[in-house]
Amino acid sequence: MIGVELRKMLRSRRTWVTILLINALPTLVGVLLAVTDLGPRPGSGPAFLSAVLSDGTLFPLAAVAIVLPLFLPTAVAVVAGEAIAGEAQAGTLRYVLARPVGRTRLLVAKLVSVVVFVILAVLVVALSAYVLGSFLLGDQPVSASVSGTTLTSGQIAWRTALALGYAVLSMLGVAAIALFLSTIVESPLAAAMGALAVLIGSSLLLTLDAANSLSPFLPTRYWLSFIDLFRDPILWRNVVRGTGLQLAYVAVFLGAAWAHFTTKDITD
Amino acid sequence: MIRTENLTKRYRAVVAVDQIDLDVREGDIYGFLGANGSGKTTTVRMLLGLAFATSGDIAITGQPMPKSRSTVLPMIGSLVEGPAAYGRLSGRNNLALFDAINATGVRRSRRTRIEEALDRVGLGGVDSRPVKTYSLGMRQRLGLAGAILRTPRLLILDEPTNGLDPQGIREIRDLLLDMNQQGTTVFLSSHLLAEVEQTCSRVGVLDRGRLVLQDDLATLTAPTGRTFVRTPDVAEAQRVLSSPVTALSDDSLLVETDDPGAVNTTLVRAGVRVLELGPERHTLEDVVLAATQSGTDSMARP
Repeated sequence: MIGVELRKMLRSRRTWVTILLINALPTLVGVLLAVTDLGPRPGSGPAFLSAVLSDGTLFPLAAVAIVLPLFLPTAVAVVAGEAIAGEAQAGTLRYVLARPVGRTRLLVAKLVSVVVFVILAVLVVALSAYVLGSFLLGDQPVSASVSGTTLTSGQIAWRTALALGYAVLSMLGVAAIALFLSTIVESPLAAAMGALAVLIGSSLLLTLDAANSLSPFLPTRYWLSFIDLFRDPILWRNVVRGTGLQLAYVAVFLGAAWAHFTTKDITD
Repeated sequence: MIRTENLTKRYRAVVAVDQIDLDVREGDIYGFLGANGSGKTTTVRMLLGLAFATSGDIAITGQPMPKSRSTVLPMIGSLVEGPAAYGRLSGRNNLALFDAINATGVRRSRRTRIEEALDRVGLGGVDSRPVKTYSLGMRQRLGLAGAILRTPRLLILDEPTNGLDPQGIREIRDLLLDMNQQGTTVFLSSHLLAEVEQTCSRVGVLDRGRLVLQDDLATLTAPTGRTFVRTPDVAEAQRVLSSPVTALSDDSLLVETDDPGAVNTTLVRAGVRVLELGPERHTLEDVVLAATQSGTDSMARP
């Protein structure tokens, strides 16, 4: 079943168009930086962007930081929201389940397919940013660490890999929420919008001092903590918390999706 | 093959299916009749484990459903409330995908199985255009191809001829009869009396969620023990016949005897002109209409 879901996702033209669209913004930013040579001042603008003019190998990180807050989660919400509700809307859900496919298995296959989508999207963004960065942007190593010390290129490479992994992980919560909504509502669009509403709400609450006590539990709280991987030494605390939080979201919402989906009448 | 006991489905206050005891035997072509909204589709969904019964039991090939769905469902081909397919893929790719979904099928023979199924439903020559460009009839055929893809032991079909032209209906009927000959039990849910009458060996009739009738078609439409006569000389015929006679109209009458031969001899000897003569039979329509009330889609004033 997982194989079939992956095949469906990878063969769909929409998957690749979405990834290209996600990739469009960091590419545009990279080209603009290269052409104008006007970087943001250090400490302002998206993370790492001020450094890429001198060191292009940091651009993959900057690119991921650009798509992480909005583009990537939007795409994840749409893809995951489509998962069950889309099949129900097309009428194929009843035939898939009568084949038979266990409902639990279907849910897991859908989640795996969404995760693979996120991995693909992050890899495409990072790779094209790497190519763009090495050809168009600077090649002088700068003090890459946020703490001011210089990291070797080997250190940068594996910390970048860790950061990409963390970005993928950060999307798990959205995916689980959208998947849960997808088992409840009939329209894939409604499921995607619902998940996005949660994210927007979360981002808004993070700016509010009165909501401080909630912030460790908000799904977007630790998204940008991958910057901590570039401190010297690495500051693990928030990265670990972020990982735990995302896994907790998966456990809760996948559990809820499972509880609802396995006991519901399929009436599409 | 299919047995249900007190199968009931309640949606809040509405009882959609009310304590039905289905009995479909191996080798049957079972016609499941009922007006729109009488609970046919809900029953089919429960049989396939898509909807859960409020109470009652289902057994298919002796195994409880939905508990044994993973062993029972691979034996069943189904078509529920119209066909569905992934619109962007071709018919062949759709079948390949559905075949791959459950890995019980042998992978090597997938292509042959798909071509065979397409041939059987009359889509063998279809090209690679996406399903979203198919006509309703083609979609219906593709849905059927999906249902018969693994030569199931049991076919559960909900309105399988929906959207087909008379020629297509004929082809599908022949296909079902052919599959039945080869040992597939067919459960055919329909509101088309003619379709059921021409295809089925056994009939169940659902009325507002209740199974009001379940019997062999041959029994239901057996001769009634009376003889039907059409003649222009009604009065003359009534005079010469010894059995009690009911005049139906200006030119036809019913004789209370199960021996049409004797009636014929008497009439001809007396010089009565006989246009038509034979044992009286109820049509399936008579039987069904007598057993049911009007469907839930008619909202006439009481």
